[in-house]
Amino acid sequence: MTNALLEVEHLSKSYGGVHAVEDVSFRLFAGEMLALIGPNGAGKSTCFNMVGGQIPVGAGRIRITGRDTIGLSPRQIFRLGVGRTFQVAQVFKSMTVRENVETVFASRDGGLGFLGRAGSAHRTAAEEVLALTGMAEFAKRPCADMAYGDVKRLELAMALANDPKLLLMDEPAAGMAPLERVELMALTARIARERQIGVLFTEHDMDVVFAHADRMMVLNRGRLIAEGAPETVRRDPQVRAVYLGEGLVYDQAAAARRADA
Amino acid sequence: MALYVVQFLTGLANASSLFLAACGLSVIFGVTRIVNFAHGAFYMLGAYVAYSLTQRLEGGLGFWAGILVAAAVVALVGALLEMSLLRRIYRAPELFQLLATFGVTLMVEDLVHLIWGPQDLVGPRAPGLDGAVTVLGLPVPTYDLLLIVLGPLVLGALWLLMHRTRWGVLVRAATEDRDMVAALGVNQKWLFTGVFTLGIFLAAFGGALQIPRTAVTHQMDLSIIAEVFVVVVIGGLGSITGAFLAAVLIAELNAFGILVLPGISLVLMFLVMAVVLVIRPWGFLGKPIQTGVKTIGEATRPWRPWSPATSVLVAAAILLAALMPLLLGSYGLSVGAQILIAVVFAVSLQFQMSTGGLDSFGHAAYFGLGAYGAALAVEWSGLPMEAALLVGPLAGLAGALVFGWFCVRLSGVYFAMLTLAFAQITWSVAFQWVEVTGGDNGILGVWPSDWASSPAAFYWLTLAVAVVCVLVLRHLVFSPFGYRLRAVRDSTVRAEAIGISRQRTQYVAFAVSGTAAGLAGALFAFLKGSIFPDVLSIPTSIDALVMVLLGGVATVSGSVVGAIVYTMASIWLMSATDLSRLVLGAVIVFLVVAFPQGIVGSLAGLVAGPLERWRRPAGAARPVALPAEGRQ
Repeated sequence: MTNALLEVEHLSKSYGGVHAVEDVSFRLFAGEMLALIGPNGAGKSTCFNMVGGQIPVGAGRIRITGRDTIGLSPRQIFRLGVGRTFQVAQVFKSMTVRENVETVFASRDGGLGFLGRAGSAHRTAAEEVLALTGMAEFAKRPCADMAYGDVKRLELAMALANDPKLLLMDEPAAGMAPLERVELMALTARIARERQIGVLFTEHDMDVVFAHADRMMVLNRGRLIAEGAPETVRRDPQVRAVYLGEGLVYDQAAAARRADA
Repeated sequence: MALYVVQFLTGLANASSLFLAACGLSVIFGVTRIVNFAHGAFYMLGAYVAYSLTQRLEGGLGFWAGILVAAAVVALVGALLEMSLLRRIYRAPELFQLLATFGVTLMVEDLVHLIWGPQDLVGPRAPGLDGAVTVLGLPVPTYDLLLIVLGPLVLGALWLLMHRTRWGVLVRAATEDRDMVAALGVNQKWLFTGVFTLGIFLAAFGGALQIPRTAVTHQMDLSIIAEVFVVVVIGGLGSITGAFLAAVLIAELNAFGILVLPGISLVLMFLVMAVVLVIRPWGFLGKPIQTGVKTIGEATRPWRPWSPATSVLVAAAILLAALMPLLLGSYGLSVGAQILIAVVFAVSLQFQMSTGGLDSFGHAAYFGLGAYGAALAVEWSGLPMEAALLVGPLAGLAGALVFGWFCVRLSGVYFAMLTLAFAQITWSVAFQWVEVTGGDNGILGVWPSDWASSPAAFYWLTLAVAVVCVLVLRHLVFSPFGYRLRAVRDSTVRAEAIGISRQRTQYVAFAVSGTAAGLAGALFAFLKGSIFPDVLSIPTSIDALVMVLLGGVATVSGSVVGAIVYTMASIWLMSATDLSRLVLGAVIVFLVVAFPQGIVGSLAGLVAGPLERWRRPAGAARPVALPAEGRQ
C-alpha cells in the first residue's frame, strides 16, 4: 500500500555517539490511532520531534501524504496538514482560550496581516473548534487561569483548528487526572474516526493505550522491538521484558538466598 | 613596518585595560545573570579615586598602593550596592536589571561631578615607568609594556583562582547551573556578593591603571561600557578567556582601524560584533543562555480593544488636548508638542517590547535616524517640511530593516546588547562623519513650513500625528499580525508549530516600530529647529525605556501615560536642580524595585485583584472543565 498518510523509513538520530533513535520504520494510515510506547529515554520524543520538524532528521526518510519532509521547518510541515501537541503544553498564556484558537486561523491568513481584527474575523470558526472539544464555555477565560488538563485540551483544539490530516500527540494526557486522561483520548479517538485523521501518540498510561490504539509500536533504546495489534504486542516476551524487567536482579537475589540456606 | 609593530603594541596595551574591565562584567554575568550596566561607572570611579589617592601618596610604592587601594575601595562600594539593590532584582526580567544598573550609572555621574568637579583631571605618571623604550627606532611608552604583561598575568591569576580554589570551583559550578549549586547547600547570597565584588574590583583596577595614560573624564563610563559590551558579547558572556581574546581582537581592530579607515574606526568595532553574533550567536567561547526568567507574556492579562465607554473617555482626552492652545502660551505649547513627540516615541518602543517581547536597548537609533533624515532632507534637497516628515520615518524604517535583520536572529540579553551596539554605530556615524552630519555642531535651521510655524499649529500637528500613531499601533495589536506577534512572544515553539515564523514576524514588528520612532524623530527635528548627535545617544534610548516602564510593560498603550508623566517630570527636574541625573537615576532604581510591572501595570493589578474578587463571589474558584458525563 502506498497511500499511507505518514511513512517513516530507517529514521535515525544520534547525539554525540548516543543513538537516540536507530533505524525506525513505520506507516500510519488515515483514521488510524497508532501508539508509540516505550520506557523513559527510549527515543519517543526524539521520533516525534523529527516527524514534526522540531529536530533535524539524522538519517532516513519521512513522507507525509507522499511528500518528503526532510529539511522542512515545523511551519512548512504544519501547512502539509499536521497538527501537534507537546509533552509540556505550549499555549499562548497572555490570551484567552478563544484567542489562542483564533491565532491558528490568523496564522493562515496570507500577507502581513495588518488589516482587520483577528478576533472578529475568525470568531465563528474558533468557537466551532472549541465546541467540538467541549471547551465552548471557557472561550473567554484567560488561558493563564485554566487548569492544566484544560490547557491540554486547548492544545488539542489548536491542533484541530488546522483541519489536520495527521495529529502528533506527545504524551497528550501527561499531568492530567486519570478520568480526564480517558476522556481526552476518547474524544481524540472519536474525532479522528469521524474526520479520518491519522493520530500518532505516545503515552505512559497503558489503560489509555489499550483502550484506544488501533495498532502500537514499542521503542526501546532507540529501536523498534515490536509492532502490531495491542493484543499481540501485549503478549510479546521482549516487550514484557522491557516493561517488567528480565528478573535478573530477582534471580540473583534468590540464588544468593539459596546459597545462604 | 616599524609603525605597524608599534601600533600592534599599543593595541595590546589597550587590550589589557579593556580585558580588565570586560572580564569582570563577564564573570558577574556568568554567575548572577545580570548585565551590569554600572560597570563603566565603577571603572570611572576607580580612575577618580586612584587620582585622589596618588595625589596624596608619594613615590613608587605610594603610586601602586594608591591604585590597589582605589580598586579595593570601589569594590567595597560595589559590594554594598550588590547587597542593597541587586539582591532585590535577581529574579526580575533582564530589562529591569539593565535599567536599574543604568540608574546607578546616572547617579554615579552626578556624584563624581559633585566630588571631583566638572573639569578633566590629569593623573601622575607611574614612577620609574614614565620613559619610553625604543622598538625598531620608534618610542613605545614603558608603561604600555607593563600593561601588555599585566593582561595575561591577570588572566593567569583568574584562571588559578577559578581552577585551584574551592571558591573558584563554586563560581564555575554556579555559572553552569546555579540552582544545582544552591541545592548542594552553598550560600548563594555570599557567592553572588563575592563574585560581584571581584568583578567590580577588576573594573576599578582597570580604570585606575588608566590614569598615567589618559585624562580622567566624565565620559569614561559610557565610552568604556559600549566597548566592554562588545568585548563580552564577542567573547561569550560568562567566559574569561573569551573576554581576553575578544579584547585583543577589538583593541587591535581599533589600533589598525585608525590607520586604515580613520573616519569609521568606531563603526568597525560594532560591525565585527554584528558579524560574529550572526555566525556564532553566543560569542567565541560562550554557551547558549538559559535565563529562566519569566517572559512578559506570562505576566500579561488578556488585552481587549477599548470598550465604548473607554473610547468615549479617550475621545474626551483628545478633545481636551486639542483645546490646549486656548489655555497655554507658546512655551506651554512647545512643552506640549515635546510631550506628544515623546508619546509617539514611547508607543513605538512599547509596540516592540510589550506586543513583540523584544527589549530594545537602542531605540534612539531610529528616533535619531528619523531626525537626521528629516534634517538632511531639508538641508540638502531643500525639501519642505511635509516631504521631510515622510523622509524621517522612511529613514527609521531603512535603519530598522538593516539592523533588525541582525537583531531578530538573537533573543534576550544578546538582542538587547546588539540593539545597543547598533544605536552606538549610528551615534558614531553622526559624530564622526562631520562633512554630512556636521558632527558635534549638528544641523541647524530645520524649521517647519509657514502654516505650521506658529506654536499652536505645530502643537496640533504633533497631536494629530500622536493620535494616529497610537491608534494605528493599537489596531495592529488586535490585527492578525498582532496575534501572530503575541503568539511568538508567548511560545515560540507553539507559534512555529502553527505556521508562524518567529524571525519574519519579529522583523516586521521591528520595522514598524522603527518607522514610528523615525516619525517621532522627524517631528523632534522640526520642534527644535536643529539636531545634534546626542539624540542618538544611550540616554535617549533609556528615556524611551523608562516611559514604557512607567506606563507598564504589560499594557497595550500605557506608555502614553508614561511619556506624559516622564517628560513633564524631566523638564521640571532640569529647571529645578543641577543634579537631575542623580534624581533621575534614583527614580529609575526606585521604580524598578517598587513597581516591577510599571506604574499603570501595577496600579491596574492593585485595582483588578479586588475587583475580580468582588465580581466573582466566594466559592467560584479557578475554572476547571468538568464535562457532565463520566463524573459523579
